Amino acid sequence: MTAPTPTPTPPPPYGYVSPIPVRRAHLGDALASEWTKIRSVRSTVWTLGTMVLLMLAIGLGVAAIASGEGGNMGEESALPLGFFGMLPASICVITLGVLTISSEYGTGMIRTTLTACPSRARVLTAKAIVFFLLVFTVTLVVAFVVATAQVAMVEAAEPTGAEWARATVGAAGFLALLGLLSMAVGALVRHSAGAITVMIGVLLLPLVAGMFMFASALSGLREALFTYAVPSQMIALYSAEPPFSDSGPAGWEALFILMGITAVALGGAYALLNSRDV
Amino acid sequence: MIELDGLTKRYGTKTAVDHLSFRVRPGMITGFLGPNGAGKSTTMRMMLDLDNPTSGTVRIDGRHYRELDEPLKYIGALLDAKAMHGGRSAYNNLLCLAQSNRIPRQRVDEVLDLVGLTAVARKKSKGFSLGMGQRLGIASALLGDPEILMFDEPVNGLDPEGIHWIRNLMKSLAAEGRTIFVSSHLMSEMALTADHLIVIGQGKLLADTSMADFIQQNSRSFVRLRSPQQERLRDVLHGAGFVVVEAGNGTLEVDGATTERLGELAAEHQLTLHELSAQRASLEEAFMQMTAGAVEYHAHGTDVHGGGPAAPSGPVWGADSGWGPRAGSTTEGV
Repeated sequence: MTAPTPTPTPPPPYGYVSPIPVRRAHLGDALASEWTKIRSVRSTVWTLGTMVLLMLAIGLGVAAIASGEGGNMGEESALPLGFFGMLPASICVITLGVLTISSEYGTGMIRTTLTACPSRARVLTAKAIVFFLLVFTVTLVVAFVVATAQVAMVEAAEPTGAEWARATVGAAGFLALLGLLSMAVGALVRHSAGAITVMIGVLLLPLVAGMFMFASALSGLREALFTYAVPSQMIALYSAEPPFSDSGPAGWEALFILMGITAVALGGAYALLNSRDV
Repeated sequence: MIELDGLTKRYGTKTAVDHLSFRVRPGMITGFLGPNGAGKSTTMRMMLDLDNPTSGTVRIDGRHYRELDEPLKYIGALLDAKAMHGGRSAYNNLLCLAQSNRIPRQRVDEVLDLVGLTAVARKKSKGFSLGMGQRLGIASALLGDPEILMFDEPVNGLDPEGIHWIRNLMKSLAAEGRTIFVSSHLMSEMALTADHLIVIGQGKLLADTSMADFIQQNSRSFVRLRSPQQERLRDVLHGAGFVVVEAGNGTLEVDGATTERLGELAAEHQLTLHELSAQRASLEEAFMQMTAGAVEYHAHGTDVHGGGPAAPSGPVWGADSGWGPRAGSTTEGV
C-alpha cells in the first residue's frame, strides 16, 4: 500500500487553483459527454438514417409483395416479414457501433478523452449506454411503424401480444445488442475498417461457409452454422418454435444468446482497455 | 507540482524511458528538452496515465492521475494538435470534454475566444490548418482553467506570429502561478521561454537545472574584435597576456576578457577598432554537446559545425532521419 503522503498546498506566491469548483466526476458527466459526441458527428446521422430508410423501404416493399400474392401466410402473422429489413439494418448498426469507439482511436481523440476521464470503465460504460439507448429507441420506433403497416397490409393471422413484443422490443434489442457487440469489437481491434470487417464476417460468414459444406462428415457442423448464424437468429426471434430444426433457439432465446456473447466481448474490452497503453 | 520517481518504460528490450526522476515546480516554465526519440512524448503520456509505466510513479500534487476527481481542472495537456475528432466542430469537440468534467458551457466560448478560434467555432476541425489545430489543442488544455499545463512541442507547425503568441501565453500562465511543462527539441526556443530546464537523452536524465545556470555553465563568452590594424592589435593583445584566436573574416576572439578592458587597451595603443563586442557561443551548440552521445538516430556524413576541428563527428541535432543511404556513408542496419 502507498504510504499516506501529505499533500501540502503550494505556498502562496505560487500555486494556482482552478476557479471552477471541483467535485467527483461520475457516470452522468461521461454520459452527457458521450451524448454530445455521438450526436455531433455526421456518421451517426448517415448510418441511422440509412438504417431507417432500409427498414421502411424493405419492410413496406415486402408487405406490398406479400399482400399482392394473396394471403398465403397460413397460421402465421405478418410480423415475421420484419426480418427482411433487419438484415441490411444490422450492417448500418454494426458500422455505427464500431465507429463509436474506433473513430476515437483513428483520430487520436481517445487520448484527449482519457485524459479528461481517466477511468476507462466509465468511458466505455457511458459509450455503451448512450449507443444502446439511441439505437434501441430509433429501431423500436421504426420496427413498430413497419410492423403496424405489415399487419395492416397483409392478410394473415392476428398477431398475439408476445409476437408483437418480439417483433418490436425484441427486434430493436437484437439490433442494439449487435451494435454493442460491434462497439466491443471496435474497442478490441481499435481500427475501423478491421473491426467492421470482423463484424461483417461474423454476420455473414457462417451462412456462406455452411453453404459449401457438402461433405456428409461436416453435416453436423453445417447444421450448427445454419442454426446459429446471426441471420438465422433474427428469423428465430420472430418465431415461437425453432424455425429450422427441432432444436435450436427460438423467440427470446436468440436475444439471450446475443446478450451473452456481447457481455463476454464487452468484458474483454473492459479488461484490455484498462491494461493497454493508449 | 508534478513529481516523477524512477519512471521507466520498456518496450520489449528497448528502454524508452530510463529511471527518470524530477520535479516540475509551479510558477515557472519548465522546458523538457531532448533529441527526437529521447522519450519526451512517452514520458508525457505516462504523466497523463495514458501509457502504463514499467516501473516508477508520477504524482500530480501528490496524487496519481487516476485519483484526480476532475482531471481537466488540475491539469491540461496538449499532446498533439490532431487529437480531436475531425468530423466534429471545434465547439463540440470542446463541449464534450467540458461536460465530462462538469465545466460550464460558457467556458468553451471563453477558451475559443482566448485562442482566437471564435469565428470558426462551428466549423469542422478537419479543415483546420496545423496552426489552428494547435490552437484548438491549447483551448482544450485551458478548458478547466487548470493549475498545471503540459504542452508537447507546441510551436511545431506554427508561423512566427503563432510562435510569438504561444510564448507570451505560456509566460502569462506561469506568471499566474501555474506549473508549465513544455517539451521541445529546440534549445533556442527554450532559451527564450523556459525558466528551468530538464534535458533527457535516450530516456535518461542528462540535466535538471535552471535556465540561467545552464547558460552560465554551457556558453563560452568571449569578446570579438575587428580592426584594420589586425597585426598590431594581435601583438598588443598578446603583449597584455590574452589568448587570441583568429576567427576568420579578419576578426579576433578573446576569451576571458571584458569589452571595457580591451577597448581601453586599444585606445592606449591608438588602434582603430571596427568592432568590439561581447559574444556567447550558442546554447544550441552546448546542448548538442550534451546530448551528442544520446542522439538516437544519427544522420551520417554530415558535420555539425561545418568542418570545425572540435566538432564531434556524426550527430546532427534534430535530424532523425538516419534511414536512407547518403553520399559517403554505408547504409546502417535499420
